[in-house]
Amino acid sequence: MSGHSTYEPKTGFERWLDVRLPIVRLGYDSFVDYPTPRNLNYWWTFGGILSLCLGVQIISGIVLAMHYTPSAGAAFASVEHIMRDVNYGWLLRYMHANGASMFFIAVYIHMLRGVYYGSYKAPREVLWILGCVIYLLMMATAFMGYVLPWGQMSFWGATVITNLFSALPVVGQAITTWLWGGFAVDSATLNRFFSLHYLLPFMIAGVVVLHVWALHVVGQNNPTGIDPKSKADTLPFTPYATVKDGFAMSLFLILFAVFIFFMPNAMGHPDNYIPANPMVTPPHIVPEWYFLPFYAILRAIPDKLMGVLAMFGAIACIFALPWLDTSKVKSMRYRPQAKLYFFIFLVACVVLGFCGARLPDDQVIPGLKTLSVMDSDLNSFVWLSRISTAYYFGYFLLVMPLLGLFEKPLPTPETISSPVLGGDKKD
Amino acid sequence: MLRKVTLFAVALALVAGPALASGKVREPHPVAFSFEGPFGRFDQAQLQRGYKVYREVCASCHSMNLVAFRNLGDKGGPFFDPKYPNPNDNPVVKALAADSQIRDIDGETGDAIQRPGIPADNFPAPFPNDPASRASNGGVLPPDLSMMAKAREGGPEYIASLLTGFVTPPAGLTVGPGQHYNPWFPGDVSSAWSGDHAHVPEGGFIAMAPPLAPDKVEFDDGTKSTVRQQAQDVAAFLMWTAEPKMEERKQMGFSVLIFLVLFSGLLYASYRRVWRNESH
Repeated sequence: MSGHSTYEPKTGFERWLDVRLPIVRLGYDSFVDYPTPRNLNYWWTFGGILSLCLGVQIISGIVLAMHYTPSAGAAFASVEHIMRDVNYGWLLRYMHANGASMFFIAVYIHMLRGVYYGSYKAPREVLWILGCVIYLLMMATAFMGYVLPWGQMSFWGATVITNLFSALPVVGQAITTWLWGGFAVDSATLNRFFSLHYLLPFMIAGVVVLHVWALHVVGQNNPTGIDPKSKADTLPFTPYATVKDGFAMSLFLILFAVFIFFMPNAMGHPDNYIPANPMVTPPHIVPEWYFLPFYAILRAIPDKLMGVLAMFGAIACIFALPWLDTSKVKSMRYRPQAKLYFFIFLVACVVLGFCGARLPDDQVIPGLKTLSVMDSDLNSFVWLSRISTAYYFGYFLLVMPLLGLFEKPLPTPETISSPVLGGDKKD
Repeated sequence: MLRKVTLFAVALALVAGPALASGKVREPHPVAFSFEGPFGRFDQAQLQRGYKVYREVCASCHSMNLVAFRNLGDKGGPFFDPKYPNPNDNPVVKALAADSQIRDIDGETGDAIQRPGIPADNFPAPFPNDPASRASNGGVLPPDLSMMAKAREGGPEYIASLLTGFVTPPAGLTVGPGQHYNPWFPGDVSSAWSGDHAHVPEGGFIAMAPPLAPDKVEFDDGTKSTVRQQAQDVAAFLMWTAEPKMEERKQMGFSVLIFLVLFSGLLYASYRRVWRNESH
């Protein structure tokens, strides 16, 4: 919390600098003395892990950009040049490609933790929205990054996603042409995607600064959802949180390294090792795994424009969450019913991801034919995604507002330290 | 509860992975390749045999644009010799390069010429351009093989299965001219199938005729040259061309993992020590 600064400059230089630019004070107040609730669990380590991910992506990306050629004729070969001829180029590229997936694993855990413990509730709405902006920028960055190797999935993914804008009435086609910089996905598109792919991570870094600033104004939420009331409830960030975050980061890096060194292509698609060919459409265009739930929502709606709106609406719901949830209690630890709906939501998201990877008309249970409704058999992935989509929106638009009004939460503790320190208050 | 559901979600996500495959196609035969698993390495003798199959059979139709002769002598490559850390000095690599004719431009006259290859040259393509390649191959472009083992579902096992998988088409399946039935080749044969439409044969039609035959390639190390052997050897070679840095990658992976595990242990000990007097 942005309270009184306890920083005392120790050396002459620090005293001199502190009067002119109190940057050491800022660092001290933010990352050393900053009080963190003492009961944070490991779900709270993903903020630090995410900043590590951003750092890895930016550093590996800057070096990759030194060897990459953003043109339709040379992009694929330049990526393979990186893989084969650049010293440790394979390491950089696998780090960067798998790093994107690791980034999304971490951000999804971070977001779901926020939902579970009510971290978006007052006074943390702006903090939450800044997080959503980061997530949106991440999605744009990841999408454009996936286009850069100029393989078949890059090209066709770019074609499908940019074509979504053509669903908008009147201006749709003009917007699509403007995005492409031509009349098809081609060199102009690739080149601008490269430019933006380089720009957006720095915008992410900027919003991260705002996100951390907002966090340090309102203070961290914690598993009880009760704000710290006294010194007994908190511990200084350093060394308590730094060492815990460091340990979690190191574990996360182990997972990351297993992917980079032993299964670097597990999260990719084989078709992206085929050079882009506008004349050959792959039999099955799928986005990267982290977009699959939204892809399933898009395809669940039979109308193209409505599908696009539903997909963007799914993200808009996350933005609106602070005002959709009416509960007075933050943490779901004390909301047994909310917990249940949350876990069903989690399953619905995974099911949506599962559906996004399948052809819509494939059967969920092989060999079973049932009623055909809205042009599709009920035993199909498109119907499974329709049900899950309904739950996705139902969770945000019905469960969240209504549950808070009708549920009976469990009693919440007075202070953080009362459950933590076994009730002996040290106020 | 949270833990159980998370585990369930992770398990579901893992099941969703293989779902990316589409179409009805036969699963590749499992092959115990030497390079599989975290400790797997390429078998140099197999890579050499695979190179021979590629050079004598595949290379007459397929290009391999991303691989240079010098790569053959790189660490982990088929003709790596520790005596020649610079593959450009490796006499085997030099000889193999010189066996090929490279299209070039005469620096003095500007005429198109052919000259013997040097280690720095990439493998020459069998045709000067794609239309020429199509014209000589029944209108179908034989794909570049550099990345084949990574660009197909199933990788090297798929390649080995496909190359040995030219079976007699089932009765009721009309195979068009210039086409060959292969149950491992992704495709859809339902329009050529006159039998029960609930049981359309797996696989598809491929324009490539069965390329391998017993003793078609003579192996210098005396290995019996069966179709199966040739197919597996060339599949291993194609895995190497697609992922030439695999051995270096796995080796570094072990150092990194050992470091990270020790480092995590150290951090955990620090964490316990820092928090020893604090309840949480």
